[in-house]
Amino acid sequence: MKRTIHTDLIKKEIEKLIYNASFTVPPEIKSAFSGMKLSETRPLASETLRILIENAEISEKEEIPLCQDCGSTIVFMEIGQDIEFEGEYICDAVNEAVADSYIKFHLRKSIVSDPLRRTNTGTNTPAFIHTDIIPGDRLKIDILLKGGGSENVSSLRMFRPTDPVEMIIDYIEDTVIKAGPNPCPPIFLGVGIGGTADAAMLNSKKALMRPTGEKHKDPFYAELEDKILARINSTGVGPMGFGGANTAAGVCIMEAPTHIASLPVALNLNCHSFRKGGVIL
Amino acid sequence: MEWKHISTPVDDNTIASLKCGDPCLITGKILTARDKAHERIRQMIAAGEPLPFDLQGELLYYVGPSPAKEGMVIGAAGPTTSSRMDPFSEMILELGIKGMVGKGRRDSLTRELLVKHRAVYFSSIGGAGAYLSRRIKSSRVVAFEELGPEAVFELYVEEFPAVVAIDINGEDIYENRIRQ
Repeated sequence: MKRTIHTDLIKKEIEKLIYNASFTVPPEIKSAFSGMKLSETRPLASETLRILIENAEISEKEEIPLCQDCGSTIVFMEIGQDIEFEGEYICDAVNEAVADSYIKFHLRKSIVSDPLRRTNTGTNTPAFIHTDIIPGDRLKIDILLKGGGSENVSSLRMFRPTDPVEMIIDYIEDTVIKAGPNPCPPIFLGVGIGGTADAAMLNSKKALMRPTGEKHKDPFYAELEDKILARINSTGVGPMGFGGANTAAGVCIMEAPTHIASLPVALNLNCHSFRKGGVIL
Repeated sequence: MEWKHISTPVDDNTIASLKCGDPCLITGKILTARDKAHERIRQMIAAGEPLPFDLQGELLYYVGPSPAKEGMVIGAAGPTTSSRMDPFSEMILELGIKGMVGKGRRDSLTRELLVKHRAVYFSSIGGAGAYLSRRIKSSRVVAFEELGPEAVFELYVEEFPAVVAIDINGEDIYENRIRQ
């Protein structure tokens, strides 16, 4: 059975997702920040978290974006193969929704059309769109608004298949320490393990789309996530790198089958301003 | 936590009294510049052109604000990553800047230059764009308007929070933390 979805509906949903992500912090993240504030003994760490909590309140009440870097717009779509789209080319619809939203909501436009010649497109487009075809007739749209500061400390390392897991944890710790204050901690860390180099990088970002606070379905990886989180929080980098107990607020791993010779590990660090959202149509 | 109140223009004695880790609230006029504006300043100096603003004695804030809604002074306006401006530190300090405000680490050359020029580097609160927006009471573009958010703005700030990240002795909050 075919199901028809009009691209106008997709545009409307994406506008809603961008608005919510830019001006509101979901309750589970708010409570995570309150919890982190309580666990900080250093006054500057605690004060920094207090300011971030107040920032969310001001943003929501006064419609001032949470951060002036309103991000690259990253869009993940899982498209059921029984869907037939009506209207226009789906990626054009997404980009129109992004352009309309960034102009209407007074968000900063941060995209240049060419990496070396660097002219701002003035619309925050193109969005970075990733699509997967899935069985069935549902359309899942996830967005992530990601700032440049945290994207700039992304990392990839190709391990030997025989390297111990401890070595991977050391690499993650090292990357977080080197990044220090720059990705605006407490961070949310996406880890892509396995696949090819490109697949691992993409999975490290996709991993971040898992609902905040939800554990990995596989207990092996859930345990590894806890171990990584504990190690990162033992570094002392702390909120905004000023020193403290909370360097990361969450770790999400996405693993994938890989080659017998390969063990890629990719890291995508997201700042504390974790602006994302999703909808299933 | 005790905040130190400082006003701009900041005199040399105040600058010298600031210690790494001091949380400060800044009040007064500050100028802004980020990547593109620094590049323009460098080009103008190379071409022997006079700059459209005077940086002598000023604080320079690394920010690219989001657009102001109608009736508002400015949009979200938190600090951007300072390390991207490291290659311009010598130029900007030779123009007489007394301090920079941004977020994150600086390179070792910038740290040495801050000692040499007896200037400080402040780190504000990254990702607190809405909170910091309310501490900005006026805003006007003074140069490079065509650069949009990357233009040079003159801001009047009141009790703008920033932590001394590198003081005139070269003490660095981020290095300190790792050592502890």
